[in-house]
Amino acid sequence: MSEARQTSAQNPTQAHARPETPDQKPAQAAALSEKPAQKPIQTPASQSTVRQHPRLLPLPTRIRRAMSGSWAMLVSTLILLATAVIGLIPSFNSGALKQNIVLGAVPAGTDGHMWGTDALGRDVFMLTVAGARTAIAGPVVIAVGAMAIGLVFGLLAAYTGGWVDWLISRVVELMLSLPTLLLAIVLAGLIGGGYWVNVLVFMLLYAPYEIRLVRSAALSHLHDPFLDAARLLELNPARILARHVFPVIRPVVGAAMFLDMSNALVSLSSLSFLGLGISPQAADWGRQLSDARDQLFNNPMTAIAPGIAIIVVSVAMNIVGDWITARADRGER
Amino acid sequence: MAGSVAGDKPFTLLTLHLFRPGSLRMRIVTKGGFVKVAKFIGRRLLNLVILLFVLSLVTFGLLYLTNSDPARTLAGAKKVSAAQLAAIRHQYHLDEPLWKQYAIWLGNAVHGDFGTSIRTQLPVSQMIGQRAWVTLTLALLALAIALVVGLPLGVVAAKRHGTWRDGLITALAVVGLSAPSFAVGLLLLYVFAVKLGWFPVYGLGDGSFADALPHLLLPAITLAVGLFAAVIKVSRASLLEQVESDYTLFAQSRGVPRGTITRWQLRNASLPIMTSSGLLIASLISGTVIVETTFSIGGLGTLLQESVTFKDIPVVQAVTLLLATIICVTTAIIDALCALADPRLRPNGGHRASAEALPSKEGEA
Repeated sequence: MSEARQTSAQNPTQAHARPETPDQKPAQAAALSEKPAQKPIQTPASQSTVRQHPRLLPLPTRIRRAMSGSWAMLVSTLILLATAVIGLIPSFNSGALKQNIVLGAVPAGTDGHMWGTDALGRDVFMLTVAGARTAIAGPVVIAVGAMAIGLVFGLLAAYTGGWVDWLISRVVELMLSLPTLLLAIVLAGLIGGGYWVNVLVFMLLYAPYEIRLVRSAALSHLHDPFLDAARLLELNPARILARHVFPVIRPVVGAAMFLDMSNALVSLSSLSFLGLGISPQAADWGRQLSDARDQLFNNPMTAIAPGIAIIVVSVAMNIVGDWITARADRGER
Repeated sequence: MAGSVAGDKPFTLLTLHLFRPGSLRMRIVTKGGFVKVAKFIGRRLLNLVILLFVLSLVTFGLLYLTNSDPARTLAGAKKVSAAQLAAIRHQYHLDEPLWKQYAIWLGNAVHGDFGTSIRTQLPVSQMIGQRAWVTLTLALLALAIALVVGLPLGVVAAKRHGTWRDGLITALAVVGLSAPSFAVGLLLLYVFAVKLGWFPVYGLGDGSFADALPHLLLPAITLAVGLFAAVIKVSRASLLEQVESDYTLFAQSRGVPRGTITRWQLRNASLPIMTSSGLLIASLISGTVIVETTFSIGGLGTLLQESVTFKDIPVVQAVTLLLATIICVTTAIIDALCALADPRLRPNGGHRASAEALPSKEGEA
């Protein structure tokens, strides 16, 4: 904290002159560079004279610094939390799949159906809300699973070196050269096992990216003095990896997980859009979009609702991942 | 170092060492590097061959991926007697040892013979030949749109770094990168085809090339959205690196005209942009599968999707092998070209690059 005070004692232009990582949005960068200008010792009255957003929440500065970021970040986190909550409450699902074939596709605004119904008479709004479940559950499992595999093999490769490292690197290189989506479509489609088989296929296809990421992150820190000290103490290697190496690479891992989640959402819904894996009865945004292709003239909301939902959630995951990357880069300096 | 090569423009020395038209030839000749280049290409070629071999193994193994008897799968959905199953087994060499089946299959594949489609009973190569031009046109259109739109936007974003224009363009790139192409496609379809009526909605028109172009325009734009997001990100990042580098500051303080500075910046930034644009081909081709299905366009993508749904293995094998080979070969070629042009991208070229740059210029002088 004391170093933070010293650096923030310099004017905000100093922060601007630092080369920004290309991924940062300038809004985020502006907010990040302005926040250090607020000093912990200043009173709230003098802080309001610095040009930026008015203080909405009288939280302690430490929490506010942890929250530093643009409004996009805040909105994204809220969206993700909302989707997770909605998705994981089972009671939302029951009403969504009620079909009413006699009714057919009704445009938005008719009685009792705010956004109309699709071809099978299912209410579009409830179907979209129910689709949040497959939009969150699968990507989270894929991200966590791929990262777990990545951690195991990446840390193994980085720490062991030698032929183990060489072998793992060659396999990873090979798998990285193969086109992911193409293989996923073909593999998942031919196995034809349903939603969770798709999840498994993607977990295996995303793992090489994570292995490479973890390996390079661990390698860059492997010769730090504190790890040399741990090795001198002849601590158990697993303990070294878990308790000493992992906390250092944790920001990189966290950022990659969110970006993975965004890609996984797109990939999973692409597969269900193509009709591969998920059953026609399930509530899934990709599946909804596929069914909506025929209904564009009758009830365009069948396409607009899941389309916007997927884009919003995917962008939110991406923004959170970018923000964690930005924070990790700041922490590294 | 100053002045000997570039005459009265010492700053060009700093700017030009990264990307000079004569650099490739000069490095080969002066450094005795012909053997090195041959080794370099040879190693990459070996990697490519191994990759294609693994790819062919995976594609061949697709037949055994389904959990039913391969002969049953190859028979299709209709009911067959035991005698017919035996005939199919013999026709597809299913009773031979695996490695022999693979050799036969690979031998046929290299000659372009992928067998007969289960679904349509037509030769697979004929089906592919009918539809390949659609996918090719779509891909080239999308690439062109992405580059034409994305490069200027990326340059603008980098030059106006920190303003609202930069923020808007970056936000657009983030959305374009995270949004799935079918969602974007359907939304575009609704807005432009249904509501506004500017584009035809589905299909390819009457089959002629001239009529197909307007039908391909909206799908190409959809595909381009994901691509130009990546192009914007890369061009903005690499140009930003140039804008914030030392030589820009020195040149500006020395009063070099802005157009000249921009020219140097663009030249230095062009290499990473070209590398990444080349690597976009992989996502381009994978994206055609989705986009073609969205717009019901009869190209290789829809062929793949229909065949996978129908479990039409010969077609799936052929299309997968074709597309994946194109992706891998293109990526390898572009990788190799860019590594040849910029030594920093070579496996051990990182620390040699700075040492090579200055002495080689003096050698030339």
